[in-house]
Amino acid sequence: MNLEILSLEVVRALYIVSAVLFIMTLGGLSNQETSRKGNLYGMSAMFIAIVATFLGPQVSSNYGLLIILILLGGSIGLILSKKVQMTEMPELVAILHSLVGMAAVLVGLVNFINPIQEYIGVEKIIHSIEIYIGIFIGMITFSGSIIAFGKLSGKLSGNPLMLPAKHYLNLFMILAIVYFGNSFISSNSINEAMLPLAIMLAISFFFGIHLVASIGGADMPVVVSMLNSYSGWAASATGFMLSNDLLIIVGALVGSSGAILSYIMCRAMNRSFISVIAGGFGTESTTIVASDTEQGEVQAIDIDEFTNMITTSKKIAIIPGYGMAVAQAQFVVNEIINILKTKNIEVIFVIHPVAGRMPGHMNVLLAEAQIPYDIVFEMEEVNDDFDNIDLSIVIGANDIVNPSALEDPNSPIAGMPVIECWKGGHTVVMKRGMSTGYAGVENPLFFKDNTRMLFGDAKESLSQLLTLNN
Amino acid sequence: MKIGVLKENKPNEQRVAITPASISKIKKLGYDVYIEKDAGLSSNFKNSKYQEAGAYLTSINDIYNCDIILKINKPTEDEIHKLSSSQTLISFFSPATNQTSLELCKKDEINVLSMDSVPRISRAQKMDALSSMANVAGSRAVIEAAHCFGRFFGGQITAAGKINPAKILIIGAGVAGLSAIGTATSLGAIVRAFDTRPEVKEQVESLGAEFLTVNLVEDGSSSDGYAKVMSDEFIAAEMALFKEQAAEVDVIITTALIPGKEAPKLITKEMLEVMKSGSVIVDLASQQGGNCELCEKDKIVNYNGINIIGFTDLPSRLPSQSSELYSNNLCHILDELTPNKDGNININMDDDVIRGMTIVNKGSITYPPPKIKVSASIKKEEEKIEPPTESVKKKTTLLPALIALSSLFVVGAFAPASFMNHFTVFVLSCFVGYMVIWNVTASLHTPLMSVTNAVSSIIIIGAITQISTTDTLSLILSGIAVLIASINIFGGFAVTKRMLGMFRK
Repeated sequence: MNLEILSLEVVRALYIVSAVLFIMTLGGLSNQETSRKGNLYGMSAMFIAIVATFLGPQVSSNYGLLIILILLGGSIGLILSKKVQMTEMPELVAILHSLVGMAAVLVGLVNFINPIQEYIGVEKIIHSIEIYIGIFIGMITFSGSIIAFGKLSGKLSGNPLMLPAKHYLNLFMILAIVYFGNSFISSNSINEAMLPLAIMLAISFFFGIHLVASIGGADMPVVVSMLNSYSGWAASATGFMLSNDLLIIVGALVGSSGAILSYIMCRAMNRSFISVIAGGFGTESTTIVASDTEQGEVQAIDIDEFTNMITTSKKIAIIPGYGMAVAQAQFVVNEIINILKTKNIEVIFVIHPVAGRMPGHMNVLLAEAQIPYDIVFEMEEVNDDFDNIDLSIVIGANDIVNPSALEDPNSPIAGMPVIECWKGGHTVVMKRGMSTGYAGVENPLFFKDNTRMLFGDAKESLSQLLTLNN
Repeated sequence: MKIGVLKENKPNEQRVAITPASISKIKKLGYDVYIEKDAGLSSNFKNSKYQEAGAYLTSINDIYNCDIILKINKPTEDEIHKLSSSQTLISFFSPATNQTSLELCKKDEINVLSMDSVPRISRAQKMDALSSMANVAGSRAVIEAAHCFGRFFGGQITAAGKINPAKILIIGAGVAGLSAIGTATSLGAIVRAFDTRPEVKEQVESLGAEFLTVNLVEDGSSSDGYAKVMSDEFIAAEMALFKEQAAEVDVIITTALIPGKEAPKLITKEMLEVMKSGSVIVDLASQQGGNCELCEKDKIVNYNGINIIGFTDLPSRLPSQSSELYSNNLCHILDELTPNKDGNININMDDDVIRGMTIVNKGSITYPPPKIKVSASIKKEEEKIEPPTESVKKKTTLLPALIALSSLFVVGAFAPASFMNHFTVFVLSCFVGYMVIWNVTASLHTPLMSVTNAVSSIIIIGAITQISTTDTLSLILSGIAVLIASINIFGGFAVTKRMLGMFRK
């Protein structure tokens, strides 16, 4: 059986259609109204690309196997996507990244041991570099994503790994990879090149692990988007290796998308990308935990007082953090705001860019609980308006509402933009205990005169509130 | 132990130290409360109410036999003579200017806790009667001014013509000043306030008043929470400002006091000359000589049609309110003095607040207390972080551009044509991605990541093109690649769809 229906030229034409659709996918995601259409574009683009390749001249046998594998993989993917909880999104995204990384490694290896085309001279050198880089990026994406998955799902500790002289270790590994790259390129046969390639695989496997393991939990949003970016670059490098423009285009789109997200996240924490990647955060913060000034006393309240504060407010801002995701409190929150609406109390949500463990994490959780997105605002939209807000409710957030980011130049989070809820009427912080946030910094907000603490599990407290309100 | 509450004997004093509402709180601490008959009448607290609350009504002589004596105004020498050894007196005392009374108490071994010596720290706020009385005085000052002022405070536009709002200048934004600002703004007046301590600006503005400043940097804050004496230069600038304001405003309320010193003269005769006839000045510092040159204690002076009010009994003019606040302050003090709630007083000289208040203890004068610092004025050094200079910014954009340009040049010089084609595509795609992604709203960042994740499994194309091979190892490897990439494609798109479906308006 031979299904080589389409000529190479037609396949390439279809690739152009597919590439355009992929760009429209990303464009469609720019706002909620067009986002569903965007996702559809993405699916059709992927369908066109696969079918075109399938029917093109590059595939001449093993059709049945291909179909079986795609259907098998597809069903696994569909089941995964149905089962996953919205709070587990970061983990899912991380593990899916590792698959892309692995695929890139495998494609690179096959291309190396079984080249489609013979190259000579400069082209051969370039091709070897492409294979080498493609496999390298694929491998660190793979191992890095596995570690990120472990950290996000709680299977591994969220604390940064602190190896002695870790910066030198990284440097040493990069130099070793360059060195073996040189011997890989200059080798004359596949057998001769196999050894440096295998060593490089081992080093980059460890490099990916070390890269992510040494980054602290608070920086997870940066890590996830960074791995997203890597998976794109891996696809792009594979495209160079196979002389396939579609792979190059799409890989570059994804790569730059992830890079921009990482940049946005870093800016939201006022930190340079380099310092996040180098994992310096945890080391600094441990030294300056104790503050020299007297902190004062926190003022705890109980549910009754809390209810009273809510019902006497006209406008309430809810500031969710990762704690809300952990407590799965978003559904109760929605029920409460529905009741408040009937009492003519205005409720808005204020989202900090790095709240949660991946970019936009909070928005997804709120959407899951059917909270309308037009009452969900970004930090910048609300920060100047806190005068009009009578009550801010902080649910499981800490560092993103820490005034010392603005007031204390010695604080490890100094300069990071934060939600300035203390400028409003009152703030109620729902928290399990007096522990510090991921950055390990004391939060003076808790000691402010207009702050009240409501200790306990956020979901339980909110459920009690709900019964009282009914 | 027995607690006795004296009826105030100062002329025109309407207040009482303890109100019926506080009796039960004091009894819970283990004390018996004796109250002089008719002590609460002038502040509208009937004798029967005290009895209902559980206090004993008694004559003045019995009160002097109690272990603890509570009153408001500083004791006269007569009163001190009636007290004897080991009794405790809690009242205002003005220890700084009342040396003879201090010596008397020392001689008779009377323990004295002075209400005007409560340290200004956060913990002691609930006991600070100076603050609670200043709050009442500030509010009442505005009412007195409104009473004397022949016009409305608030502006109106009526059929009979337009009414301009009154302009009020409040000097000193301490407790009294802030309270006056609040009352004046709620009457509709335009309020301006001046204070030597720049940190109160925010508080002044939060109450709806304008904060006036002089063009001279000097900080009037001191470690004890009160204002300090300023330099001559500053005072000159300040006076120029007041004169300018005097010509413009209708009412001036002065609250400038420096503890233990005569009140600074802020409103001079010269300023009064430029004020409009019908204007009012309320001088809350008249007890200590007054901020206004022509002010007379407890009188209204009329100078060229300007009324200068020098009442010192403003809190007493709202007797029920003031008594209630004072009584609450006393309750909190008794609470601190009775840690075991057993009806026995314990003057703990290791406690900052009690140490500060106690001016005579066991026959020795313990005034003034050692200084404790208030934390209100930390800030300062932080503000000196310089903004990054322009040249640094320029460098950061120029350098990467140069590097990018030169590396492009190197690539172009060595790479073959086929590579350059792909490279062009690559660089342009990066830019398209860059342009498109910046438009993505922050709330869609998670769906964006899951969709780009699905999209990046376009790598399946590479695996598919390699599957038509006879080499077993290659077949297995590319087979696995196809399998895991398709997990990613279906999983990624499906989960994105699920997420996007949840966003609703």
